[in-house]
Parts: sequence; structure tokens; C-alpha cells
Amino acid sequence: MAGMCESCKKEAATFHLTNLTREGQKEEQHLCEGCAIEQGLIQVQKPAYAHEVLENFMKSAKGDAASMANAVCETCGISYLEFRNQGLLGCPDDYDVFREMLLPLLERAHEATHHTGKAPRSLGTGRTSQQQIQQLKRKLADAVAAEDYERAAELRDRIDKLEL
Amino acid sequence: MSASLEDVIRNRCEWLRGEGPLSEIVISTRIRLARNIRGFPFLPRADADLRAQVADTVETTIRRTDLLADYLHLSIDELDDLDRRVLVERQLISRQHAEGSGTRRVAFDPGGSCSLMINEEDHVRVQVMRSGMQLDAAWEQINAVDDALDAKLDFAYHAQFGYLTACPTNVGTGIRVSVMLHLPALRITNELDKVGQAAKDMKLAIRGLWGEGTEALGDFFQISNQITLGRSEEELIDDFHRTVIPQIVEYEQQARQALTAKRLHALDDKVYRAMGGLQSARLMSSTEAMQCLSHLRMGLNIGRIKTIDLNTVNDLFIQTQPGHLQKLHGGRLNGEQRSIARAALIRSKLHQN
Repeated sequence: MAGMCESCKKEAATFHLTNLTREGQKEEQHLCEGCAIEQGLIQVQKPAYAHEVLENFMKSAKGDAASMANAVCETCGISYLEFRNQGLLGCPDDYDVFREMLLPLLERAHEATHHTGKAPRSLGTGRTSQQQIQQLKRKLADAVAAEDYERAAELRDRIDKLEL
Repeated sequence: MSASLEDVIRNRCEWLRGEGPLSEIVISTRIRLARNIRGFPFLPRADADLRAQVADTVETTIRRTDLLADYLHLSIDELDDLDRRVLVERQLISRQHAEGSGTRRVAFDPGGSCSLMINEEDHVRVQVMRSGMQLDAAWEQINAVDDALDAKLDFAYHAQFGYLTACPTNVGTGIRVSVMLHLPALRITNELDKVGQAAKDMKLAIRGLWGEGTEALGDFFQISNQITLGRSEEELIDDFHRTVIPQIVEYEQQARQALTAKRLHALDDKVYRAMGGLQSARLMSSTEAMQCLSHLRMGLNIGRIKTIDLNTVNDLFIQTQPGHLQKLHGGRLNGEQRSIARAALIRSKLHQN
């Protein structure tokens, strides 16, 4: 039946993954949250963008759980709840302390979670390979969305090379 | 009252020069960068002492930077509300900066094309303004100012998230690109929804003349990016350059051409009523003045009126604002007095031509 988890066939499928196979074919997976976690999908070698999408989704699902809302930054003393109420963070460290909750928020606001662009001169003026990878991953996501699988396969190969 | 501010008011606004590419429709271009200094909390968690330390650190850096050495410095918290208002009207500071609390400052170049807000929402917000469509020039200038600050300040920067800002909506590049457009014909032909759609397609926001939460007075609209993370500064600027602005400019040009070709009487009616009102009114609100000046500006740009200089109209846009009006008058005025002074100022300027 449509909407059921392909693995346990008991729970409703809440994870809908569209992967790109090595041959450039679309491959769909529909799992319930439990099976997705059980299968350790996060650790499995997947095309990088899908890996990220899943990771973000997992985190946003856990998102605003009560324990997270009470998380407090030791540097500035702000709690996650205070941040959500006022909309402003307390110090630069908050981006790491509240990272899990911020990622889905950034994804919604910017449709991205990695900076590509200018960096302080002390870090070197050129784009780091990490930034290049992120930029290519965005292009890959665009290509997949546009169903341009030839370009997607080509981008995936370039990402693979950079990630070696 | 600072002597330097008196001088500022007499000068023409850089962004209202009426020059630069596409200046008939693109009034001005603005880019700002948000930066915070490593080692300090963001402002919501900074007490009075830390705020003052941040302000002193930034101000000292500006004074010791060759590129910024001749900038004027003002303490916003020591200015009266009229002076603050003048700075907002010239877009040297935001309304938020004017209305905030605690130690906060501004430094700007004598020409008023670049300003640095200290302790606004972030420790430093640099902005550069240019008349007309000059995104590349604006980016070049602000990038150089940012480099100069970067050489002396350790900005909060994260390997994944880029430049860290108090609000996650600005994180990454910390950039806000804003282009101010004059779209009177699209308002008359009732086609402004086209502009909304073009902006929405590119995930851009549309605001009124003075930024967030302001009305689109006098047919002026600001278009700005909302995404700051995951795209480079150049990519974000490119969207404006290649796609959005040329498209909207074309819509406005088409609307102007259509009005001229098919509904000249309707167009002329707007232009000459505006002219008549401006030259004759004895009481004029700032809203009415903006609307009339907008139509008059359009009349000049499409050649329906040739007896008035565009600079006169551009100057009136700023001089008729409540802050400037009272400063030029030499003291505080109530609402009705302002309307009288505004109408008199406009009449005198337009009859000089």
C-alpha cells in the first residue's frame, strides 16, 4: 500500500529519499522514521546531497524537543528558548552550541547550510575546497531538481574527486 | 548639535544625485555587510560596558585606517531626535539604529556614500550607496572597506557558516543588496504585481523607501536579497544585475511607453496635476509631496515637462522630509507648521526655475 514503510511495512513512511545511482538513475526509498534510523542511513555512503538532506531532516525532526529548548550556551548564558523568543543569538559560540536546531532554520531561510563567499584574509583569499564542494553540491541539487541527470552525474564525479 | 551635521544637511545626498546607469528608473544602489568582532558577545548579551568597548574598538579602528581616516563620527545616543531623523532620511543610519538604546555610533565619509553603523543589530554594519544602477562599483568600494577593517579586526567567522551575525537570517556573507526603484507608470497601469512576482521568483523582498516596515511612498520601492548563506556575494549581486532589475526596468519602460502612446491624457493629467499642486498648495503633507514629486519626476524623465531641473526635484525629495524640513527651517515645527513650511519651500524652489 502506498505511504507504508518499505522495510517494516507497518509504519507510515515519513522518509522519502530520492537517490541518484552511479548510473545516473533515480532511485526512490520510502521508510518510516524508525527504520531509517535502524538502517543507519546517515552512515551509509550516499550521494553527498542526499546524505545532507537526510541529516538535516533527522535533526529538524528532533528539533524543538523540550531538552533542546533548554540548551544553554555556557559562553553567553543564552538559552535556545530565549533565542527563539527574541530572534537574536547571544554570541558567536551559539552557532555551534545550537547547531542542531539552527540547521533546519538556516535551511528554511537560505535553502543552504554552508557559506560560500568571502572569508577573512587570515584564512586565505581563495575559495577553500570545502566551499567548492558545497557550491557543487548546490548545483547538483539544482540539476536533480531540474531532472538534468547528465549534468548531475558530471557534477557528482567532480564532487567525488574533490572529496578524495 | 554637531557642526559637521549642519554641513551634511546642505550637501546633496550621494544616492539622490540622479546620475548613473538607468537612473531614470533606478534611483540608487546600496550594499551593506554585517560583521561582529570575535571575543565579544552579540549586542543582545552585551552590557553597557561591553557595548562601549565594542564601540571604542570599532571607532579606533576606523580612525586608524587610512581609507577611512577622514570619516565623520557621531554618537547616536548623544544626538537629539531631529538630528537622528536627518541621518535616517539620508539613509546614513537605519530607523532601528536611530530608535535603539545604549552606546551606538555612526561614521560616514564626507560625501555620504559610505557609512558604518556601530552597535546597530551587529557590532558593525558597513553600507555603501550609489546613485543609479552601480552594483559593481558599490561592491568594489564596500569590499575594500571590509578588507581594510579585516586587516585590523578579528571578525567572528565560522568555517561552515561564514560571517556570524546576531540574527541567523544574515549569517554567511552578511550581505544585503538593495536597489531602489521609481515605478510610477506601473502604479498607474496597475501592474505592480508583475514586480512582486519577479522579486518573489528570485526570493527577493520588496520594501518601501526607508526600509523595513515602511510604505512604498511616492512609487519608490526597494528590492533586496533575503538569502545570505550558501551563495557568494558575486552570485547574489549577479541576480540583481542580470535578472531582476533589467526585467523590472523593462516593465516600467513598457508601461511608460504604453501610457505615452495610448493614454497620454491620463499621463499628462497626473504630471500636470502634480505640478499644479506643488506650485500652488499652501498646505502639503510629506505623503502628498512624495506622490506629487514622483509624478513630476516621471514627467521630466519622459520629456513632458522641460522647464524644471531634475536636480531640483531630487533635492526636494529629501528637503521636504520632516527632519530636513525642520533643520532647514531652523527649529521644531508641529504638523500643520510643517505642512505650511513644506508647501512654501516647494513653491519657492519650483518658481526659481
